[in-house]
Amino acid sequence: MSESVVLRTIGGMLFPYILVYGLYVQMHGEIGPGGGFQAGVLVAAAFILHSLLFGKELTDRLLPTWLVDLSMSLGVLLYIGVGIVGLVKGSYFLDYSVLDPTHPAHAEALGMTLVEAGVGLTVASVILTMVRKVNGEPA
Amino acid sequence: MSLFETFNSIAFVVIMMLGLYTLIARQNLVKKTLGLGLFQTGIFLMYITLGVRDDGVAPILQEGAPLTYTNPLPHVLILTAIVVSLSTMAVALALIIGVREEYGTIEADEIATIDRADAEEGA
Amino acid sequence: MSDPVLLINVLLLLLAIGAALAAMWTRDLLGAVMLMGIYSLLLAIEWANLFAMDVSYTEAAVGAGASTILLLTALTRTGTREKAGPNFHPTALLTVLVTGAVLIYGTSDLPRFGDPLAPATVHVAPEYITQTVGKVGATEATENDFGDHVPNAVTAVLASYRGYDTMFETAVIFTAGVCVIIILRPLAGSARRRTAGSKEDA
Repeated sequence: MSESVVLRTIGGMLFPYILVYGLYVQMHGEIGPGGGFQAGVLVAAAFILHSLLFGKELTDRLLPTWLVDLSMSLGVLLYIGVGIVGLVKGSYFLDYSVLDPTHPAHAEALGMTLVEAGVGLTVASVILTMVRKVNGEPA
Repeated sequence: MSLFETFNSIAFVVIMMLGLYTLIARQNLVKKTLGLGLFQTGIFLMYITLGVRDDGVAPILQEGAPLTYTNPLPHVLILTAIVVSLSTMAVALALIIGVREEYGTIEADEIATIDRADAEEGA
Repeated sequence: MSDPVLLINVLLLLLAIGAALAAMWTRDLLGAVMLMGIYSLLLAIEWANLFAMDVSYTEAAVGAGASTILLLTALTRTGTREKAGPNFHPTALLTVLVTGAVLIYGTSDLPRFGDPLAPATVHVAPEYITQTVGKVGATEATENDFGDHVPNAVTAVLASYRGYDTMFETAVIFTAGVCVIIILRPLAGSARRRTAGSKEDA
């Protein structure tokens, strides 16, 4: 936790913008450079910055540990879930085109967005967990 | 073939060998982890270099004029490899922290000495 | 490949190798971690120079950002000084020289930098770039696999053509996260045995 007024003010101002930028990178991944891996790291960095500046307790209230642990597995489950939808609908595993039979090309893009969201969720929560654990915070 | 065009293949070997040297020569476990990371980035350099193409631009498709693009496949492989390298480094660091708590040191030769002393004590 | 790209490429790689040398040479782990951060940032610029935008992005976020944070955090618990010792290690030098020589000999068979006829460029890449691998999504002959919804070829390959690959990479990251939680869980009693023992000895 930092006592510096400058760091706390600037960091507090930057925090929401880093989060929004992370979301932008996540959503923009199909069009420009970016995607789940980069967005996950950015979001994790935002929360690490928050806990460095305002202390673990405040960040814990903002983003409880159980939620981080849950989203770690939720991301992988989302990815595999999208794959299983393909199986259930009578096609191959990870075949996104069945998500919208009337417009397969749109469905492919939708499937990729969902899958990238899963990747982003997992990467963000895993990196956050890693830094927290290595820092010696209890489970 | 000019030196400029072969520079990358020499550079990636130099980077990999720097990492390998550190991995063997240094005893500190954190330094060994850094050496391993350096070794990995050498391989990244090789892959990205293989994807480069004359007059190629970033593989973000554009309407209109036919452009040549660099190969996106190495980019994908390395993109995921970078994030996985972070994960494996985190596991290594967690193990090193465990070693530090168990032995009180993170120098490999000191750990070996402690282990030998323990074995003699047990015998 | 135009000359500025090659020139910047060589300059950046020389700088990066310098940073890596300094990082490996120093006995101060804190300094080594910061130098590795600089090295990663230089590599991020190098990837951008070689038109690998997504890799550049990831390297800047992960290599220069997240892994530096992680290493610094770990150093607070392991100590920041490396034990002094000989910098010259004959066995290591011999291994490195032999391996390096073999590798450089091997690279002489690699295609030239930017070769448009390189196997990597002519094999699957054209289908990946035009997005006409033949997924079910391509309904009409004129339409590509994703109906022009995914201009970023890297994301297309990452999430669709090589979806299995990315799925298991995500699983690896998840497993690594679980491993860190398990390894660093607080242990009762026995784990602190040696530390307690060495304190008694002192």
